[in-house]
Amino acid sequence: MSVAEAEGGKRSSFLAFDKLGVLIALIIVAGALMPFTIFRANRIVLGEGRSLIEALDPVMTLVLCAVLIAGFVVALWRVDTRAKLVVGFMVLAVLAINVGLSADYLTPEENNFSRISPGAGFWLLTFAFALMVADALTRLRFKAWTRLGILAAVAAAVAVLLWSGTLDNLSILREYATRADAFWQEARMHLLLAFGAVAIAILVGVPLGIFCYRTPSVRAAILNVLNIVQTIPSIALFGLLIAPLAWVALHVPGARAIGISGIGTAPALVALFFYSLLPIVANTVVGLQSVPEAANDAAKGMGMTDRQRLWAVELPLAFPVILTGIRIVLVQDIGLATIAALIGGGGFGVFVFQGIGQTAMDLVLLGAVPTVALAFAAAVVLDAIVEMVSTPERPK
Amino acid sequence: MIELKDLTKTYGDTTVVDAVSFTVEAGEICVIVGTSGSGKTTLMRMINRLVEPTSGQVLIDGEDTRKVAPFELRRRIGYAIQGHGLFPHRTVGQNIGTVPGLLNWEKERTRKRVDELMRLFQLDPDQFRDRLPSELSGGQQQRVGVARALAAEPNILLMDEPFGALDPVIRAKAQDDLLGIQRKFKTTIVLVTHDMEEAIHLGTRIAVMDAGQLLQYATPEEIIANPATDFVAELIGGDRPFRLLSLDRVADHVEQGEAEGTPIEARLSLREAYAECLWSGREALPVVDNGKTIGRISRAELARKAARPQ
Amino acid sequence: MKIGLVIRLIVLALLIAFLISPETFRFAFAPLVTGNQPVIYNQGSLLEITINHLMIVAIAVAAATALAVGLAILVTRPFGAEFLPLSRSLANIGQTFPPVAVLALAVPILGFGTAPTLVALFLYGLLPIFENTLTGLTNLPGAVTEAARGMGMTGRQRLLRVELPLAFPVILAGVRLSTVISLATATIGSTVAARTLGEVIIAGLLSNNTSFVLQGGLIVGVLAVLIYDALSALERFLARRTGQSRRAAA
Repeated sequence: MSVAEAEGGKRSSFLAFDKLGVLIALIIVAGALMPFTIFRANRIVLGEGRSLIEALDPVMTLVLCAVLIAGFVVALWRVDTRAKLVVGFMVLAVLAINVGLSADYLTPEENNFSRISPGAGFWLLTFAFALMVADALTRLRFKAWTRLGILAAVAAAVAVLLWSGTLDNLSILREYATRADAFWQEARMHLLLAFGAVAIAILVGVPLGIFCYRTPSVRAAILNVLNIVQTIPSIALFGLLIAPLAWVALHVPGARAIGISGIGTAPALVALFFYSLLPIVANTVVGLQSVPEAANDAAKGMGMTDRQRLWAVELPLAFPVILTGIRIVLVQDIGLATIAALIGGGGFGVFVFQGIGQTAMDLVLLGAVPTVALAFAAAVVLDAIVEMVSTPERPK
Repeated sequence: MIELKDLTKTYGDTTVVDAVSFTVEAGEICVIVGTSGSGKTTLMRMINRLVEPTSGQVLIDGEDTRKVAPFELRRRIGYAIQGHGLFPHRTVGQNIGTVPGLLNWEKERTRKRVDELMRLFQLDPDQFRDRLPSELSGGQQQRVGVARALAAEPNILLMDEPFGALDPVIRAKAQDDLLGIQRKFKTTIVLVTHDMEEAIHLGTRIAVMDAGQLLQYATPEEIIANPATDFVAELIGGDRPFRLLSLDRVADHVEQGEAEGTPIEARLSLREAYAECLWSGREALPVVDNGKTIGRISRAELARKAARPQ
Repeated sequence: MKIGLVIRLIVLALLIAFLISPETFRFAFAPLVTGNQPVIYNQGSLLEITINHLMIVAIAVAAATALAVGLAILVTRPFGAEFLPLSRSLANIGQTFPPVAVLALAVPILGFGTAPTLVALFLYGLLPIFENTLTGLTNLPGAVTEAARGMGMTGRQRLLRVELPLAFPVILAGVRLSTVISLATATIGSTVAARTLGEVIIAGLLSNNTSFVLQGGLIVGVLAVLIYDALSALERFLARRTGQSRRAAA
């Protein structure tokens, strides 16, 4: 293969430019020239950009510039991948601290109306070094435990940064400060919606998948119906469930008592559950189908009943594939749960849609950033688990 | 004529082909034989620059191949590989016409050439021209692969295990077809195989490779009679004498006299004659040529040839 | 297969009839409304909104296809090989971004209306197409690419005559996935004032009118199923034409 040849041939000379490094370096230069933070007199008006020099006190500007130049050099030249990883993380940390310091520096005394948010420069610089980190992580191919460790370390660093108050003057945290209680309430609701829907989908979907696998005559029909459910736009499905659930709440005794009603959490949970079914059912079927014929024959030969075979042979062997389905569904549901806010279901979407309504982008970010972080973390964790449960099958 | 001069290929610290030199005369079939990892395929791929030599040179009819752009060089050299590598999205006709198309032949000339080759390879043009490769049998696909390699009338044909994917019954037939076509077009062929039997059957000369080194480059007779190293002898195998028998034709060893039983054809090999003697328990076999008895061949003579190869 | 085709044609005909003359179907939706709520969406022509919805999706998917295929080609050439591993993980990470978040984050930069919707659909649509093109271009049968090289095709000829045609069914599968996701996601665009069928659904949600919600949802769902099936059929046809039905089916 030409690609393999090319890869083998390069990476020879130590002082050669790194192609990706050149790209990253260009983004760094662009980022350094663009406004680092944006100053607004209050939360609705248009902002004015503040360049690197204006955004920080002179000492910190020098420190930040020195760090950026170091990062620029490391990005551009071929150095050890581990070094790139460490430097990338360090520069990202410095950037995060500095954007907080910039907010402190730019906020006028005793002024609660002004808003300082990260500017295009900050985002570009962050993007550049995140690229460097992502590339290093990809090349280093860490084991599952190491990846989880890095994720935990990053989460801890973010937590420390938030707890220390360094970022408190940033606009997004100003939005948080005025609605901290609501934030945690919606966070709980968001998790409940996403994880609750996935849990129910597992309880229903795996048995349904086993049933489909055992009964080929209904397999295509069930999978087709679930496929069609996936094509209904989420907001429509949320909306369409309002009426039937309202009817249930009205006519089924006790339904209202356990929280079923036409609007709110119930239709959101049911809709997410419907979306979650297809990947879980489909992956259960595929997983069971991929169980080696020999293993099944051996189990039958040993006199296992169908039920024993299912628990002792088929499900354990199909588990990694089923887990992959769960991963897809969990990441998807964390994102989709934002839509629940449109029908009063709560979750981080509340802030997103409030923010869109008030054209307050900081509020949008308050909803969007935790959602993205949550989805990303869920993907990393479940990928790691899938890898851990899949490896023992292969020779060690 | 192809001249390899001190051809070397290294990947990092590993030397895959180590200073190999030999010359393939025009119209010859050179078979490069060796185990997997011996460097035989790399050696052949350096001829059309699918692999760039680390050092050394390849001359084709006296011209250094480095003076030509690789893709132009490759268009002048036929190339057929194991598993045929036919383009699954193009019809048989389009597949065979690929290189003429790259060389901007006129449509009519390409069409004629494609039909000629298809007939030569016993594929009825009207029946097969518009079929897709997936609609052919393995043997037919292999023939289309070779026909495609010959389409632009190359003087040189490189073949990498061309019969490797065929089952043994078809393989013998495909090898004979190749010999026939080579005699017709006088194409110089360099063929890579791991099968010594195939090498002996097809080769004008055989180049034996091991661990990147050229161990011996000689005619099949010479290699069987005087293997250069133990490794070469081992490749030829324990039934070396019988291999020698398979090189000679009955026609060249006919004695005067008569014999009983079913006659044997003069065009067959001594090995087949010997097998027939042992099988039917006869001391001698009558030999026929074109239906006419021309003499006999005796078991004693065959045993003597097998025991003491010259 | 034949019966399936007839059913699909009937569904398509019904959809077109409904879009041209929604009032004819009043009887079907009437039971869903209470009091004197309007039965059929009355804040604009359903046909016009549907066409606009399709246009937004078509533009976004076309742009995403062009860029994603281009990028996938770039990273599979020797020149861009260095970017291959990174681009793979970026595509993976990108998939974890919820479409709503992409949409919401595009608003600060582009304002309200069609633009942020187009950008969100475009960005979100890139991933499946990129992923599939990459799969298509890197999983070509080795003997075929080797033969193409050995016969003296230049890099460009190999790409245009062998690699892309062979990868085409797989690329198309990516486009199909993108289109279906975009059709549904475009409805969310109406929360930032894009003129899509989401408008109908949201109007229903706001006024508690199930009939509106159903009309919007139904049109999008039917469109998605029909387009999905049509593209699947095209894929199967092309896979057969390129003599690799087994590969494309996988």
